Amino acid sequence: MHGLGAFFADPAVGTALLLGSIVASVSGAVGAFVVLRGQSFSGHALGDIGAAGASAAYLAGMEPLYGFLGVGLLSGLLMDRLGERASSRDLATGIVLSLMLGVGALFLYLLTERTNASGGTAAVLFGSIFTVDPSVTLPIALFSLLSSLLLALLYRPLLLSSLQPDVARARGVPVGAVGLLFMLAAAIAIEESALVAGALLSMALLIGPAAAALRLARHVGAAVLLSAGLAVLALVLGIFLAYESYFWPPVQHGWPVSFFIAALVLLEYLLARLWPQRAARRREEGAAA
Amino acid sequence: MSTAAIFPPGLFTYSFMQNAWLAGTAVAAVSALVGFFVVLRGAAFAAHAVPRASFAGAAGAVLVGGDTLVGLGVFSALSALGIASLGARRDQSRMTALVLMAALGLGALFLSASDAYAPEVYALLFGQIVGVSRADALGLVGLLALALIAVALLYRPLLWSSVAPDVAEARGVSRRRMDVLFLLLVALAATAAVPVVGALLSFSLMVAPAAAANRIARTPPQAMRIGLVVALVSVWLSLVLAYDTSLPVGFFVAAVTTLCYGLARIYSALRERRGALRTVKPA
Repeated sequence: MHGLGAFFADPAVGTALLLGSIVASVSGAVGAFVVLRGQSFSGHALGDIGAAGASAAYLAGMEPLYGFLGVGLLSGLLMDRLGERASSRDLATGIVLSLMLGVGALFLYLLTERTNASGGTAAVLFGSIFTVDPSVTLPIALFSLLSSLLLALLYRPLLLSSLQPDVARARGVPVGAVGLLFMLAAAIAIEESALVAGALLSMALLIGPAAAALRLARHVGAAVLLSAGLAVLALVLGIFLAYESYFWPPVQHGWPVSFFIAALVLLEYLLARLWPQRAARRREEGAAA
Repeated sequence: MSTAAIFPPGLFTYSFMQNAWLAGTAVAAVSALVGFFVVLRGAAFAAHAVPRASFAGAAGAVLVGGDTLVGLGVFSALSALGIASLGARRDQSRMTALVLMAALGLGALFLSASDAYAPEVYALLFGQIVGVSRADALGLVGLLALALIAVALLYRPLLWSSVAPDVAEARGVSRRRMDVLFLLLVALAATAAVPVVGALLSFSLMVAPAAAANRIARTPPQAMRIGLVVALVSVWLSLVLAYDTSLPVGFFVAAVTTLCYGLARIYSALRERRGALRTVKPA
């Protein structure tokens, strides 16, 4: 231990903890529905796609946040419209992802050509939570609020159309519109965490805590809250371990924070698997029937 | 534009370009063969996750000073087995995400420990087709031969199990075994494709041409043939364009294959409309 005081006094750590907790809680909450609806691939793809928007924004001299958000919302819309049937949904996601990654490759290439520095590539792809510009805190907080408000408004129809789409349709729930709005709320949450924590962690915070929470909680509502809590827990512990690891062997430059958070999220999921399974299995079998 | 500008000197004669043609052709063929089953099973996430996860293997190989192709092979096979073992029952995409997450976390660790050059990382992610050696290209042709044998042996049971898993199971084709074998095929394609077109874009080649073919074709063998042609033409066209413009080849592969998919969607929509008109008339 090298002092909790020094840990909390470090301004980079303060920004990372604040921004990280905001995006982790929203990602965790949205993730519960992403996992419940079997949209893990779309969730992962939206995180990856952000890099294309970020590099485009760098090239245009814009704030990267709007590059992330713009390309994320556009891709979410495309995925939703192209994958009209559930069976073709992952394929549609794949097509959109491959197009966006191709465009992203071009932008990244132009970026390295123009700036003659390859550091930008790594920053866009692997983003480090310790290097986030604190000036984005306010817009990130506002967009997170928007995303969670949207989720709260959609909660009941979304729950019904995720678990029993036929019943939802019979009761007059606009299943298609609810799905699209949820995709947009998810895109905002995912792109923000991709900006703050990088594409890898945006997936880790979205899927891992949610998969664990859905195993533990008895109701979806409880799972949403638990998932947000587990995401924040993994993030805070991960940042702390990464900070401490500067003093660990064998390398003296610290271990990557992405590794710690991904490992902690995985640990949460594996521990949740040990939990007695009755409630979750009954619910999901009910959903499948 | 004159012919010399499109096909400048050296496109076919430089030995590094000859290697690129050989490697690109082998990779396109393997990807199209495996992609046929990927599209049939709607397994786009697995096709994306396995090559992405194998990136960690390459980073690990750089760290211990081993051969990157071995690292890619080991990690793609491990992640394929991980996805198959954990996700056989309900939601496979959740398990795929968790396996991918574990692999990417390890990749981040290896990368930070090895201090690899950024250009090397960029090449592994986005591909570097002009850097392929003759030995690598021949190795890829070997992988193509392996994939051809595997697909020839597995074609009927895998097709059955993908289209009608319950019927296939009833006739003694184990769904579980087919799942594992399919994912190992994806691992084989990933090992071949990642060094050439990169971890991020190798799945474009697996998914988009086969998805385009699936829209147009009327029978499975026809879909396989069309997918093969689309993948080969896309890769060849991308090689020429990348050589002309010196932009990354992965960009052209993604752009051309997505364009093919878009055209196939338009074509199938038009055909459906014409078909609908025809069926309305007699009534």
